[in-house]
Amino acid sequence: MAIVVERKKLGFFERLYLPQIISGLWITLKNIFRPRVTLEYPDQAPVLPVGYRGAPTLVKDSEGREKCVSCQLCEFVCPSKAITVTPGEIPADSQYAFIEKAPAEFKIDMLRCIYCGLCEEACPERAIVLQNNFSINGASRAELIYNKTKLYAEGGVLPDKIMKWKRVKDNAELEGGSH
Amino acid sequence: MENEKVTVNINGCNYEVGAGLNVLEACRSVGVEVPFFCYHPKLKVAGSCRMCLVTIGTPARDRATGELLKKEDGSPEISWMPKPAIACGTKVSQNMHVVTDSEFIKSCRESVLEFLLLNHPLDCPICDKAGECKLQEYANTFGRGESRYIENKNVKPKKVMVAGKIMMDSQRCIECSRCIRFCREFIGRSTFSFTKRGSKTEISVYPNSDNDSNYLLNVVDGCPVGALTEKAFRFKMRTWFLKVTDSICGESSAGINVRVWSRNGKIYRITPRRNDAVNDMWMTDSGRYIHYRFEAKNRMSVARIDSSPCDLGYAAERCLEILKLGKVAIVANAWQSVEEMFLMKRLADACGAKIYMISHVGADDGKLLSADRTPNMRGAFLTGLLDSYPPKDFKGLGAAIDAGEVGTVLCFREDLKDFGLEQKQLKAANIIYCGALENNISASAKICIPLRTEFEKNGSWVNRQFRIQKFNMAVQAPENTFADIDFLSFLLSELEGSHFDAPSAEDVRAEMAKSIVAMKDAVHIPASGLPLDSSQFASVDFPEEDAMHYSRQKK
Ligand code: SF4
Ligand code: SF4
Ligand code: SF4
Ligand code: FES
Repeated sequence: MAIVVERKKLGFFERLYLPQIISGLWITLKNIFRPRVTLEYPDQAPVLPVGYRGAPTLVKDSEGREKCVSCQLCEFVCPSKAITVTPGEIPADSQYAFIEKAPAEFKIDMLRCIYCGLCEEACPERAIVLQNNFSINGASRAELIYNKTKLYAEGGVLPDKIMKWKRVKDNAELEGGSH
Repeated sequence: MENEKVTVNINGCNYEVGAGLNVLEACRSVGVEVPFFCYHPKLKVAGSCRMCLVTIGTPARDRATGELLKKEDGSPEISWMPKPAIACGTKVSQNMHVVTDSEFIKSCRESVLEFLLLNHPLDCPICDKAGECKLQEYANTFGRGESRYIENKNVKPKKVMVAGKIMMDSQRCIECSRCIRFCREFIGRSTFSFTKRGSKTEISVYPNSDNDSNYLLNVVDGCPVGALTEKAFRFKMRTWFLKVTDSICGESSAGINVRVWSRNGKIYRITPRRNDAVNDMWMTDSGRYIHYRFEAKNRMSVARIDSSPCDLGYAAERCLEILKLGKVAIVANAWQSVEEMFLMKRLADACGAKIYMISHVGADDGKLLSADRTPNMRGAFLTGLLDSYPPKDFKGLGAAIDAGEVGTVLCFREDLKDFGLEQKQLKAANIIYCGALENNISASAKICIPLRTEFEKNGSWVNRQFRIQKFNMAVQAPENTFADIDFLSFLLSELEGSHFDAPSAEDVRAEMAKSIVAMKDAVHIPASGLPLDSSQFASVDFPEEDAMHYSRQKK
């Protein structure tokens, strides 16, 4: 059944249109003298608030060690199943062989990521961090599945206050252990 | 004794529990959880972890007269033990009182865990046991959550390889001694032992001990923490991603109950599943790697006619045409499920074919690796494929081909060339090869039908005890492969004119129950299997020797 919508009849002033146009122009005029808020992106970059959640990245500590130990907790927690970790073993000749485990490959599908930050929260090593990059683009879908190299390039170095593994090593040396 | 019951009061409620149980099992049987590390249902009690502490009391008696004392209200007076006792090492007795949920017991558990965690490295992120680690679970449930320990932790050897298949990390060990007891009690030879004393105690391996036992990996399942982990599974996948499927090991006729752990169609590991009538809680090491067989590159991926790939359905049609020509011999194998064998028998009857099978026999270790290296030889007897134990080769089939009695061989899985057929005999007959893997005859076979592996289908096998046990599909089969049941029922419905389209294993078992007396109850098989009547096969000379839960005489 069709519903007939009653149209209100326009009054005389309304039919003139001019008062509306003038009041619109008045708003324009006021704003010309207001401070500008529009950014000329991408020529100007926005100032991001602290705690901004951009693309997840992998980071290294100040010694340049890759912090991720491929525990796959981020993979487990990720609600959009964006992360795929392939665990691997640190080679015996590495100075970090005592940490035993590091990712052989690490992939994040940026097309799936919803920037929720759960991976960062779950990570026991503080190895995956959502940083400031919000401009994620590529020419193909495949390009937007970031691999380990790309994730480390994006992440850079994030100084670690705790240096848990260094402590483990120092303790082992102190206690005459076998590391 | 077995069915005798005693009344035990657990946390204020009276329960009837089996006499002779220990308090821990008694509590478990009525659903009261008592945490434990060192206790293992299949090993002797060590009482070393103290995690299972409970308060125990027994009815008080008058010292002079021996009479039971009563409180004013008539209820029995209980004399409580002044200190907590270990539930795993205490047997239940009539009217025993047990408390597991008091503040005191909670503080006991908390303290035990605090001690266990003092020197624990807390490296769960890199530990393969994480997700199925008892220490992790209990620390979560019963622990105090924070450490008060500020001293340096003890450091013990990590990453020690044992017998080429176990990674040992003594720092994670909680000194429960399960591994030591397993080797002593089950393998019968000591492999592990504690060295040093006090908090420096560490689990070590006897130097120069030969650890070639085929059961050593059971210590990995037994270790409640990540001190012993499996080399082959090391850093492959976290356990919480893996899907668990109950299955049966196809290594031998022992019929070990297993769990298959897979993710995204890949099998990561196989571990034993408890069945007190078959394998207790153990399995062979070799059985754990049986899935590697099918990960091989020689998986048959596409149907072929005269070596050129073709559509699966078309190949099946051609198969049918050839079978209709007559003079057929069918080569069956004892890896096939009972259901498949049943259809196979009907197929043989429908096309007047004779069935040939061979035996695959190896050394019997008297435990869980039996002489018959096929999982379902008994099934072949039950379904009527066999009436005497089969020979070791296909000489009989060869002779039949030479005599011109056989023009077509429908061969399932077996490698005819390796087992006694000569090249000219293979040439003389039309070979239809159906199997999951390529072999010596598949390349030159007239038709090749790719089938599924036992991890990709449902079915059941009958083990050496004549116990029928179900295995379930763990991973998806690759495209363009036939489930044996589907293939056989396709051939059957064409040859017999019956309507038997793509039945499930259960459907076939229902059919079977109607026509095979011994199988009449075997439609729905419980998880622990179902013993079948085997009296009619008492005269068959099976090769297995006496072993765990199996004796030859009892047949
Ligand atoms: S931010 Fe959220 S969606 Fe993105 S990778 Fe991390 S857990 Fe997944
Ligand atoms: S990024 Fe963190 S949570 Fe993810 S695998 Fe690496 S260590 Fe584990
Ligand atoms: S290695 Fe494992 S099983 Fe052996 S004593 Fe230590 S914790 Fe127990
Ligand atoms: S389980 Fe009872 S003492 Fe360890």
